[in-house]
Amino acid sequence: MAALLAGDKMADRAVPPTGFTARLTVFTAAAMAFLAVFALALSLATGRLADRWAEELARTSTLRISAPEGQQEAQTRAALSVLETTPGISAARALSEEETRALLEPWFGPDLPVETLPIPQLIEIVEAGEGYDATGLRARLQAEVPGAVLDDHTRWREPLVDAAGRLRALGVFALLLIAGSTGAMITLAAQAALAANEQVIRVLRLVGAQDSYIARAFVRRFTLRALTGALAGTAAGMLGIFLLPEADAAGGFLTGLGFRGAGWLLPLLIPPLAALVAFAATRSAALRVLRAAS
Amino acid sequence: MIELENVAYSYGGGELFSDLDLSLQPGSFHFLTGPSGAGKTTLLKLCYGELVATAGDVRLFGDDVRGMDRDKVALARRRIGVVHQDCRFLDHLPVAENIALPLTVSGRSSEGSDIDDLMAWVGLTRQADQLPPELSGGERQRAALARAVIMSPEVIIADEPTGNIDWEMSQRLLALLVELNRMGKAVLIATHDLTLIRAAKAQVQARVLRLKDRRLVAAGADL
Repeated sequence: MAALLAGDKMADRAVPPTGFTARLTVFTAAAMAFLAVFALALSLATGRLADRWAEELARTSTLRISAPEGQQEAQTRAALSVLETTPGISAARALSEEETRALLEPWFGPDLPVETLPIPQLIEIVEAGEGYDATGLRARLQAEVPGAVLDDHTRWREPLVDAAGRLRALGVFALLLIAGSTGAMITLAAQAALAANEQVIRVLRLVGAQDSYIARAFVRRFTLRALTGALAGTAAGMLGIFLLPEADAAGGFLTGLGFRGAGWLLPLLIPPLAALVAFAATRSAALRVLRAAS
Repeated sequence: MIELENVAYSYGGGELFSDLDLSLQPGSFHFLTGPSGAGKTTLLKLCYGELVATAGDVRLFGDDVRGMDRDKVALARRRIGVVHQDCRFLDHLPVAENIALPLTVSGRSSEGSDIDDLMAWVGLTRQADQLPPELSGGERQRAALARAVIMSPEVIIADEPTGNIDWEMSQRLLALLVELNRMGKAVLIATHDLTLIRAAKAQVQARVLRLKDRRLVAAGADL
């Protein structure tokens, strides 16, 4: 690899520059690097989303109290009392009418008369340390607060985290597909260049060139072309990501598609990886063609 | 250095030649003659490992060609200078770089080599920066000879080296080959050019072999 980077001026000159394979390689590497930046951003964003959902939902639970009229307040107090004495719970508080209204607003609008509707009282529970014993708490609540239903979010947390995890896996799969496609395209371009230079290869062999020397001349050229194209594609991709709108609470997932902090360094791995793919693809194609031509 | 023993070569279902023996030793000078299609070029290719005999043994510097991998054949070719009938240059490189190509592919720098002297020796100093297609037939042959000898090979093989050049130039080329032979190089030349053979025999102890009826035989006394 060091010899590849240092180069051999004469070996480079031995193979004439071939226009269309050069352009094809640079364009392919640029396009694939551009797509890879977005696939990487998708993968990282979904990873962050999965972690955040898992973290937030795992640390909180909700207690819903549906009691007959007149008993709501007493049952709420009793529930809070139970929760305060339950190990593994750091805080428990009843949601105010305003908070309840805000939760329902997306579905019923801002003018919902919460106070006139039989809406259950919600209590937010924040776990501490290893969390609480849900079975034990349910048993206590059943005895002391008959209208209470404990929801530890397991039921809807799992599919959400699972979906985010799958999205992340799709992003990684897309990156692998991009690497594979880049390798395949560069292999085709290298084979075309080798076929176009059959006479050159024959002359080099006749003057005593070993296959590794001939392959190196092609491999270095294609590796550098892929590196150049990937640098351009990565720069364009990073600029595109940079110009995306800032993430905000209302924006949801799409505006969160981007890199955070040191994550901006990750796309910089794409050009060397593209060069590595080109190196492997061209070397394999060159040695295969040279073997077949002997 | 190069030995062929009971060698046969067939292709397309037909046998080109068989039971062929040839030994190229230091300081030997051989001419190979025969009608077109007799297999002269094929025989030369067997001598530098481009083709593998269908029967018999070919040894390059003591190694059986059949047991040599491609890299080893490439190393052996660096010890054999070949002048091809069609010269075979890299047309995008200047003449000087084409002549230095054997040095380049073997990882040796052309700087400090005798390339300038060699260019002067073959009379191509002024053409050093020209591209091969810009050279005349004779200049191409001389450039090919310079490329063949730049590694100071032990054997020089030439396929119709005077095929595309006039008499005066062929005499000049022969003089170069004779000079190399006197330096101890083995020389094998395939040619139809009887005047070249006669001129060479006047200067060196040359053996003339003829490929005829699928056999390699010593040529008649008239040569």
